[in-house]
Amino acid sequence: MTTTQAPARRQYPWPIEFYRSAVGKKWVMGVTGIVLIGYLIFHTIGNLKIYLGAEEIDSYGEALRDLGGHLVPRTSLLWLMRGGLLVCAVLHIHSAATLTATNWKARSGRYHVRDYAVASYASRSMRATGVIVVFFLLFHLADLTWGVTPAASDVYARGAIYANMIASFERIPVAILYVIANLSLAPHLYHGTWSLFQSLGWNHPRFNQWRRYAAWAVTGFVVIGNLSVPIAVQLGYFD
Amino acid sequence: MDLTLRVWRQAGPDRPGAFEEYRAREISEDASFLEMLDVVNERLTLEGKEPITFDHDCREGICGTCGIMINGKPHGGQKGTATCQLHMRKFGNGDVIVVEPWRAAGFPVLKDLMVNRSAFDRIIEAGGYIGVDVGSAPEANLIPVPKAVSELAMDAAACIGCGACVAACPNNAAQLFTAAKVAHLNLLPQGQPERFARVEAMVDTMERFFGSCTNHGECEAACPKSISIDFIALLNKDYVRAKRINRAMVSRA
Repeated sequence: MTTTQAPARRQYPWPIEFYRSAVGKKWVMGVTGIVLIGYLIFHTIGNLKIYLGAEEIDSYGEALRDLGGHLVPRTSLLWLMRGGLLVCAVLHIHSAATLTATNWKARSGRYHVRDYAVASYASRSMRATGVIVVFFLLFHLADLTWGVTPAASDVYARGAIYANMIASFERIPVAILYVIANLSLAPHLYHGTWSLFQSLGWNHPRFNQWRRYAAWAVTGFVVIGNLSVPIAVQLGYFD
Repeated sequence: MDLTLRVWRQAGPDRPGAFEEYRAREISEDASFLEMLDVVNERLTLEGKEPITFDHDCREGICGTCGIMINGKPHGGQKGTATCQLHMRKFGNGDVIVVEPWRAAGFPVLKDLMVNRSAFDRIIEAGGYIGVDVGSAPEANLIPVPKAVSELAMDAAACIGCGACVAACPNNAAQLFTAAKVAHLNLLPQGQPERFARVEAMVDTMERFFGSCTNHGECEAACPKSISIDFIALLNKDYVRAKRINRAMVSRA
């Protein structure tokens, strides 16, 4: 007997079914975005400790490695957090990539003339700024975490955070790279922070305008805080 | 006023298209954009040429049939206005006006400026209805609806399904249309029984045809009924809940 009915698509467990939908992927991007934004804020607070001196920031790094004290093996909690961040980053990038493919497929030719009314520079450059941030991240890890030359400076020493940061940022091209990377991060962070409220369905007339303010505040703090360090090094603040 | 039109001409769905230039002379500035096209078409017909095909019906901004990309803006870019309500006085004498159809994979061009928007019908079929008992019309005030809720539902129900949101979206997402259609039923007590089945079915159908929302906000700016993207947040919230709740219902069945 023939049938005109399409064969039933295999049903996956519900989290996978949810992730298969574009709305689900945007939800995942929002949730992973919150984790990554939270990380960025703490990372910036850590960076700013450089202004308190070598001992302060170096012992901050040591405290991270020693998280949990004698209760857990050394660096285990740090690796747990790194693992969580890596999972979030991978999910964030995977959903972005697959959604981009979906969206490009949904298009049919470009308009000969297109005059955008409200789409901002930030919202339209998310893909480009995201890719820049990933490449910068690899350089940044090689520079100050792994200590791989030529990304890292010649005097790199594991654990000597204060000395490593200053030695790295004293190289003019590297300082410029950090400035460019942070300026690319700014629109990504701004649109991402605002947009995640929509994607997660957090919308209420009472706080809707605060979503924009929150996005400005997060972006301003992270970007200005991070930019200040290479600029201060170049201006000779730490000499 | 005298105008130059650069119009997208395409003989059929799978035929190649190209821009053609037309002079539109002595157009009244009180004419609507569609009336201007009528005059141009009249002259083309008299010259023995094929008139420009475009969709239109009520011409008073409530049916959602018309919709053209005018100078890179859906419906010409005047806030809260459909193409039929856009008047030529908004243009200057001697202007060059570029006229294109909506462009989206979900809206294939049928001819010239006319596109096939039946993907919207598929979305509505998936859940854009409520179940009611047959028989005589029920008493209208039997189910009380709070004023604020009825106002909000009405804002969503203002959607005329013209497709400007899809045309405006850089991702060709139909989120604003679907969100409006879902919200106007999901907000009201009459829409509750099918609420979560509705949102899941309508979103899943939408995603078969259109892209995904990245919160640019272009749809809201293009909408001739100025429908807010707040409804998209509502859609997202209900969809996430639906994935959980529908599953619970399945397990009880």
